[in-house]
Amino acid sequence: MKPVHTIAGPVAALDRTNVDTDQIIPKQFLKRIERTGYGEFLFYDWAKQPAFALNRPEFKGAPILAAGRNFGSGSSREHAAWALQDYGFEAVIAPSFSDIFQTNCTKVGLLPVVLEEDAVRELLDRAPDAATVDLELQTVTLPSGRVEGFEIDPDVRERLLNGWDEIALTELRMTDIERYEHDRERVGPSTVSL
Amino acid sequence: MAEPRTLFAKVWDAHTVDDDLLFIDLHLVHEVTSPQAFDGLRLAGRKVRRPDRTLATADHNVPTGSEAPDDLSARQLEALTTNCEEFGVPLYGLGHRRQGIVHVIGPELGVTQPGMTIVCGDSHTSTHGAFGSLAFGIGTSEVEHVLATQTLVQRRPHTMRITYQGELGIGCTAKDMILGTIAQIGTDGAAGHVVEYTGEAIRRLSMEGRMTIANMSIEAGAKAGMMAADDTTFAYLEGRPGVPEDFDAACHRWVDLRTDEGASFDREVVVDVPALAPQVSWGTNPGQVAPIDGAVPAPHDEGDERALAYMDLRAGTPMAEIAIDRVFLGSCTNGRIEDLRAAAQVVRGRRVAEGVRAMVVPGSVHIKAQAEIEGLDDVFRAAGFEWRGAGCSMCLGMNPDILAPGERCASTSNRNFEGRQGAGGRTHLVSPAMAAAAAVTGRLTDIRELVGA
Repeated sequence: MKPVHTIAGPVAALDRTNVDTDQIIPKQFLKRIERTGYGEFLFYDWAKQPAFALNRPEFKGAPILAAGRNFGSGSSREHAAWALQDYGFEAVIAPSFSDIFQTNCTKVGLLPVVLEEDAVRELLDRAPDAATVDLELQTVTLPSGRVEGFEIDPDVRERLLNGWDEIALTELRMTDIERYEHDRERVGPSTVSL
Repeated sequence: MAEPRTLFAKVWDAHTVDDDLLFIDLHLVHEVTSPQAFDGLRLAGRKVRRPDRTLATADHNVPTGSEAPDDLSARQLEALTTNCEEFGVPLYGLGHRRQGIVHVIGPELGVTQPGMTIVCGDSHTSTHGAFGSLAFGIGTSEVEHVLATQTLVQRRPHTMRITYQGELGIGCTAKDMILGTIAQIGTDGAAGHVVEYTGEAIRRLSMEGRMTIANMSIEAGAKAGMMAADDTTFAYLEGRPGVPEDFDAACHRWVDLRTDEGASFDREVVVDVPALAPQVSWGTNPGQVAPIDGAVPAPHDEGDERALAYMDLRAGTPMAEIAIDRVFLGSCTNGRIEDLRAAAQVVRGRRVAEGVRAMVVPGSVHIKAQAEIEGLDDVFRAAGFEWRGAGCSMCLGMNPDILAPGERCASTSNRNFEGRQGAGGRTHLVSPAMAAAAAVTGRLTDIRELVGA
C-alpha cells in the first residue's frame, strides 16, 4: 500500500445520502477475480444518466469525493473501495460511513474522512472548489479556508502514513497468537473433520 | 462479585489475543470475495494458517437451473476450487450434497455454535449471531488477514439492546419484526454497535426466525446482531455434524452465554411487537418500509423522492394495490425449510396469478432435499412456481436470475437497493408468507386476508 499523507485538489460532489455499495459497483462486475480495473464501472447504472453528478466535466480527475450520510452501506464488497480508488479518488469525505466500507477503505489506502454535516455541506455546495486533507495533522482545509479537524483511529493513521502491510504487522505478534491458541482457544468445531 | 457483563462482552473478552486483536473461531469463504485474498497470500508466500477453522462454499454466483455459468463466472468458481485445493481449505462446492448459501450451511452443519467468533467476506454474516456467536462481515483485505493469521485487528464496538415487547399478531413473522425495527431506527440506526435482540417475542421464535432477524442486523447498519442461546438453540444444533461429542456438557457451558442482570448497554431500543402489521418495503433501502394495510408514505426528503421515482410509486397509494410481476422466495434471510413450509402453506391449492413469474430457490442442497421429502416442491410446482437449485440467486442477481428493467418483485431477500435484483428492477421486501400471498393474487397482499385472520 502506498503511504497516505496529504490529498489536495478539486472536490467532486455526490449529494446523496445512503449511497450503497451496489450503486458504487454493481454485482455484474464482481465476477472478476482481479483486484484492479473496476474504475471504469464506478456507479455504472447512475453514470448512464447524463445528469449524474460525476459526469460533470469539472469533477473529472478530482482526488476528493464528498457525499452524504451513511456512504457505502450494504454489501461488504471491497470492490467498492477498489473502484473509487481506481477511478482516481484518494479520499472520501462524508458525515458518516457504513462500518465495513470504512474499514475496507483504510485497508487499501483510500482515506475515509468523517466531518460534521455543515463542513460536508460546504464541500458539496462549493465543489469543485479545492480542499486539502492532511492525515498527519488530521485536518481538512475547506474551500473557504476554514480548517476542520477529524478523528481517525491512531493505529490506522500510523499504518496509512507509513503504507504498512497490516498482515505483516500482525505477523510480528505471532507469539501472542500462538499463546492464545495454546492457552485459550476453544475446542472445535474443526471444519476438516466433518 | 464480578462486574455484570453483556453476552457480547463475554464472547469478545474470550477472543482478545490482545486489546485490538481478535481471534477468529470460524472463517467462512465464498467465491466472490476470496480470489483476490488468495492471490495476496500467494504473492506474499503466505499459507492459510488454520484450514481447520476455515470452510468454503460456492453460493453467490452459481446457476440455480440447468444453464451453464458464463465464462467469467466459471472462471470465478474454478478459482475457488483451485484455491481451496492449493491452500487445503475444505470446500462444499457446486455439486456437493452440502453446498448452499454460506450463512445457511454454517448452522446446518452445526459449525455455527454459541460463543464463537465468526467472519465471512459477506455482510450477512450477522446471521450466525442468532446462535449467540459474534459474527460479522468483512472485506477482502480482512479475508486475507484472517486466512494468514486467524485474527482480525478490531476496535471494541458499542453495544445496543433491542427489546421486543409483546407478542406477534397473526400473519406476522420474524421478517416483519426486523423490517419494522429498521423502519423505526433507520438504515444506520445501529451503526458502530453490536445489537443484542431480547424479549419474549425473540424467545418464542424458532432458530430460522431468529436467523432472519440477526441476518438483517446489517440493514440497520449494525456491526453484528446477537441472541442468547437457549433450549431452542440447543434443540436445533443437536445431532448436527459439527457439534461437540459431549453435547450436553457443551449446552451446559453455552447456557451461561447470556447478558448478566444489571449489565448495561450503550443504547436501548424498544419495539412494540403487537403494533406490527405485516411489513413491506416501498423504497430503495430497507428502512423505507410500510405496513401492508398502510399506504405509500409522502416523501420526507430528496432521498424519499428519488426512491418513489425509481419505484414508480405515488404517495398515498395503498400498499395492497401494488401489482407485481415476479416473486422470489429464497436467500440467506428467508431460504430455510421453515420459510418454504410457511410459503407452501399459503400456496397449497392455489395458483400463481396470471402473468406472474414466481421462483423458489432453497438456501442449500440439504434444504432442497428436505423440502422434496416433505412434498413442498410438488406444492410449489403445482401452483406454477419454478423449483430451482440452491444459491444466492436473485437476492443479488449475479447469476442469470434477475429482474428485467421495470419489473416489480415481491422478494423474501434483504435488500431493495436500486438495481439489486437486476438493473431497473423494483424490489419489495416481504416475509415468505407475504411473498406467497403476492404470488397467488398478483399484487402485494395482506396475508391475514388469505389465512382468515
